Amino acid sequence: MAAHLSDPRAAWLMRLGDATLVLGHRLTGWLSRAPTLEEDIALANLSLDLIGQARAFYTRACELEGGTRDETDLACRRAEPDYRNPLLVEQPNGNFADTMARHLIFSAYAHPLYEKLSHSNDAETGGIATRSAREMAYHLRHAGEWMVRLGDGTRLSHEKTQAALDDLWPYVPELFEADELDREASASGFGVDPPTLRAEFDAAVNEVILRATLTRPAESFGQRGGKSGRHSEWLGHMVAQMQFLQRAYPDARW
Amino acid sequence: MTESPAPLWEVFIRPRNGLAHRHVGSLHAHDAKMALLSARDIYTRRGETLSIWVVPSSAIVASDPSEKEMMFEPTGSKIYRHPTFYEVPDEVGHM
Repeated sequence: MAAHLSDPRAAWLMRLGDATLVLGHRLTGWLSRAPTLEEDIALANLSLDLIGQARAFYTRACELEGGTRDETDLACRRAEPDYRNPLLVEQPNGNFADTMARHLIFSAYAHPLYEKLSHSNDAETGGIATRSAREMAYHLRHAGEWMVRLGDGTRLSHEKTQAALDDLWPYVPELFEADELDREASASGFGVDPPTLRAEFDAAVNEVILRATLTRPAESFGQRGGKSGRHSEWLGHMVAQMQFLQRAYPDARW
Repeated sequence: MTESPAPLWEVFIRPRNGLAHRHVGSLHAHDAKMALLSARDIYTRRGETLSIWVVPSSAIVASDPSEKEMMFEPTGSKIYRHPTFYEVPDEVGHM
């Protein structure tokens, strides 16, 4: 695997691909099960946005690493530890408030990330980021408006939404921690240094929390490991299901 | 606390500049903002949208179908209201 990762830009983009693929796949779990028909379609749209972003990030990463692999290799032919997504996105869907809280946190992180990445010294990556930033602005709006209505809804919806936020907050610190790869990718002008995204994340999330009459959870040391391949118990099951078709029927086509 | 059913909204889309908003369908939403977001998600998936209107269905005043004879049939026999009795000069071209 190490030979594949010789170009830090490719490895860095693959992490973005992993984060968006895993969250996109998670959202497909709602299809036909969402609270309303309208939200079912909305969640499908959000999911397709994320999977589309994953394809673009993977494809560019494959080009940068020399073209020995393609997007399907990355999405469907790697083992769980090869995925380098933050732990947040692999957390189960839970109830609707859990999914919206997870999505609020992710989109409030990814939106400023993509905006900054649009200035990447790699024009192709910058273009992907520009398109993706527009999508993520909508994700932030969608999740934020639901959080406001759930938090400021009934007593039960408020309790469930606060519990969702409390349960997911330990996965926040990992999003904004830089490791060696982050520093390498950002120092060259290619990538973005995660700690620089924190202020915009806080502003976006705080505004939603205030309107939703929720309480911002105290920040603990937190859970981390996904970015270096040490995942929670959830990802393996998800990957097994996601890869089943490709493993059982390699290169199957419509 | 009980859950109230979400009210119905009518959705109008303007696909391009120069065209009027056109009714495309309806949806359920609890408030105007969510109706607008849902309209975006449901009715603009294939592009070509510049503007969305959502209107509470309850705000629409509709004609009574049982009155259609009084309301609409009298116009059917008034062919002189159609501009079909003019000869269009060739220079005008396609109208």
